Amino acid sequence: MALLAAILLPGACDGPHSVLDPAGDQAAHLHGLLNLMLWVCGIMYALVLGFLAWALWRTIRRRDAAPPGPDESQRPLRIGLGAWAGLVVAGLILLSTASFLVDRSLAAAREHEALSIRITAHQWWWRVAYRDPASGEWIETANELYLPAGRTARLELVAEDVIHSFWVPNLSGKLDVIPGRTNLLDITPRRVGWYRGNCAEFCGLQHTLMALDVRVAPPEEFSAWLAAQAASASQPSDPVLARGQDLFVNGTCAACHVVRGTPADGRSGPDLTHVGTRRSIAGGALPMNRGNLQGWFLNPEALKPGTLMPAVVLPSQEADALARYLEWLK
Amino acid sequence: MQQAELASEEARVAAIWRDKPGLWGFLTTVDHKRIAARYIVTTLALLIVAGILALDMRLQLSQPGMERMGPQRYNEAFSLHGSTMLFLVSVPVMEAMALWLVPLMLGQRNMAYPRLAAYSYWLYLGGVLMLWVPHALDVTPDLGWFEYPPLSGPTYSPGHRADIWAQMITFTEVAALAASVNVVATILKLRPPGMTLARMPLFLWAMLVTSLMTMLALPAVMLATSLLIADRLVGTQFFSPNAGGDVLLFQHLFWFFGHPEVYIIFIPAVGFISAIVETFSRRPLFGYTVQVLALISIGLLAFGLWVHHMFAVGLPRLGASFYTAASMAIALPVGLQIFCWIATIGSGRPRYDTPLLWIIGFIVTFVLGGLSGVMTASAPLDLQLTDTYFVVAHLHYVLVGGAMFPLFAALTYWYPKATGRMLSEWWGKVSFWLIFAGFNIGFFPMHILGLMGMPRRIYTYEEWTGWGTLNLVASGGVLIASAGASILVANALFSLRGGRRAGADPWGGSTLEWDCASPPPPHNFPATPVVESRTPLWRQEHAQAVMTGLSLKRREVLITSPGEAVPEYRQYSPGPSIWPLLSAIATGILFVGSIFTPWALVWGSIPVAVALIGWFWPRPVKEEPR
Repeated sequence: MALLAAILLPGACDGPHSVLDPAGDQAAHLHGLLNLMLWVCGIMYALVLGFLAWALWRTIRRRDAAPPGPDESQRPLRIGLGAWAGLVVAGLILLSTASFLVDRSLAAAREHEALSIRITAHQWWWRVAYRDPASGEWIETANELYLPAGRTARLELVAEDVIHSFWVPNLSGKLDVIPGRTNLLDITPRRVGWYRGNCAEFCGLQHTLMALDVRVAPPEEFSAWLAAQAASASQPSDPVLARGQDLFVNGTCAACHVVRGTPADGRSGPDLTHVGTRRSIAGGALPMNRGNLQGWFLNPEALKPGTLMPAVVLPSQEADALARYLEWLK
Repeated sequence: MQQAELASEEARVAAIWRDKPGLWGFLTTVDHKRIAARYIVTTLALLIVAGILALDMRLQLSQPGMERMGPQRYNEAFSLHGSTMLFLVSVPVMEAMALWLVPLMLGQRNMAYPRLAAYSYWLYLGGVLMLWVPHALDVTPDLGWFEYPPLSGPTYSPGHRADIWAQMITFTEVAALAASVNVVATILKLRPPGMTLARMPLFLWAMLVTSLMTMLALPAVMLATSLLIADRLVGTQFFSPNAGGDVLLFQHLFWFFGHPEVYIIFIPAVGFISAIVETFSRRPLFGYTVQVLALISIGLLAFGLWVHHMFAVGLPRLGASFYTAASMAIALPVGLQIFCWIATIGSGRPRYDTPLLWIIGFIVTFVLGGLSGVMTASAPLDLQLTDTYFVVAHLHYVLVGGAMFPLFAALTYWYPKATGRMLSEWWGKVSFWLIFAGFNIGFFPMHILGLMGMPRRIYTYEEWTGWGTLNLVASGGVLIASAGASILVANALFSLRGGRRAGADPWGGSTLEWDCASPPPPHNFPATPVVESRTPLWRQEHAQAVMTGLSLKRREVLITSPGEAVPEYRQYSPGPSIWPLLSAIATGILFVGSIFTPWALVWGSIPVAVALIGWFWPRPVKEEPR
């Protein structure tokens, strides 16, 4: 009952990472199913507790009464048992049918309108890739997913290493990301805002800090964002930024990271072409700002123990230049 | 016969069933009560240790951003907690209870295969050492209680942590198979005359179903872990997609075992509950036939719903719907059982002693867990619930509420029989209320946390999530439950010497075990009881009918027919032997060695063969002239 109250109370458990605050069609269907389940199960639980209370009240009240004779009628109990069986079966049929119908609705997205996005799960971050509507090229980003409100997005989920699970509770249920398979997840977001996703299948040491930010944007904002992401990075004119770029391109960073428009083309880590536009860094571990950027590449182990990102050893002035450059990559 | 003659006969029987004193007697015993006692004590010790791990994790999660543990320590803690609780506590403790209770409830002197019981324990102990000795050496499995490849494969888990987990399973599963075969044979062939299948106490029905399920389910997980070890040891590619393997094969095999396992833990608890409800309600159980049919249908359905652990892997939707329906269907037999127990209490003259309190606590807690199970059984809704704290709450409600509460009830109920002393009723009630309240305060909030988006297996979380308050409440609840558990343990220890003497039948029990002395002598019963009803001790008019004729010179048990329990013949029952221990050691060497080299399977089989030949070497049997 307390559960029922907590969940049906509007606003009690809202947030950017909550099943109870749906912002898309799929999550809304599931939320409706959840409410139905809570009512049916709540009523059944109340019946069991009521029956138990009856048994306790009855026997405690007549504790010293004479023992029941061997032939005391069991007829009422038998009828009760039959009725109870019927009630359970009816409840189960109701819930299975509702469950089946919701399952159908999750699969009912219109394919031809869908926006196709490929998401690749890595230990412990997400690679996100869009098709450029103009050129047909892939546009990559990491740990950040932009979705246009009101349009179905079809996510192709692939895993680079181990099994992960893609889960943005406000938008949809989770779907595992499995090596050797491509799983498809349709999401139809409705409410503009920032949401949060997290890996939901234990995937090794840093399973905890494998998050992604999800922006449900008005269609115009989405198009503008995608166009900006498609662009390559420009050349910095400021000497400090140029120094930062030099450190990036000719240092260890370029071994794993891409900045399109520069010679840095490592593929094993996230694409950093527009890292400065992102909301967070390190797989959602830290908010995006220059201090965190610097702390992150100087000592990643301290901020996200177990991360595969190696520490970059730099004197403080150069570290500052590198951090400024990364922040500038908008 | 005269009293004196009877007494001297019993003294002779006692002499042939008695173990040798001292360490040798300890190592060679095949007395089912001694084996079961060490089994139970080992599992309870592990329950405490793995419980402390849980407490440690609860402290880490009590507030956002705590730094008691890093990710490595936390991952080790939940892996060790889950693996211990599932493989080394819940399943074995139920088998142990069966080893202790089944012969007593049957009025028999031992299990059908006494040495196999000893072997089962030693092998189980090997599994315990397999997990906990490496933990002491800081080589702890760190991938949870189900270690999915490719994460547990050679590429992503170098070293031996995953091997240790896999071989621990092999140990415990062989032990469980040995115990189950033994229980099935004992229940089917060693029933006392007159105890037809239709008169069998429900606990025996429960153990029969459980043991058959164990025999069908465990080979699947042994196959899964053996394939994993082969992938890791000799480079087979069962689970590597790049070489044509399939990572989901492991999940199918694991859960084909993993789901029945839940019922392998729960069904024995159903047996405890039926026994306790009957005794304390002081009336025969309402709906015996319904209960038996429910047990059997749970046993069958349990094999048809493993896929509900895999709804999120992206299966075809129509197939998933089938498993949804099958999973929900199990609510029907369980619902009927709950009805029958409440009906028995309500129409009886119950005495509300601690064991029955535990059962009432069970009903309140377990039904909630069953209903959250109905929710997770829905394929679409499960996509929001699986791998979150909702599932953590659900599984603890069904395993702690559904199996541990009945286990505590059973331990308090049969404690006087095992020790000859009563537990303190007052402290028993205190520990019940603390554990019951603490558990619900601790785990109920986790349902809400899961719906608020908290994934399971995370070692920390940030403040903005809003999970801090409920996590603090949860940790507080677990602390309260721990206090109750400490009182429970202290009560058991102090009552061992200080408890009131129990006598043979302190509760007015209905089944045969209450007819022998407390604690039972090595031979359990002076003569084989003859059974005339489902509640043989609640006869009104005459004393217990018995059947004599078993040998006074050697260990013998009576074999009866499986259906009607008609006496068939007397069977020699093997005496104490060191060979089960030596066989277990040889088997253990093979298992441990095969982590390091495939040749261990070849050379390790030689000592196993030697030990088994020693075990089965024919000995001249003193035939008894009659």
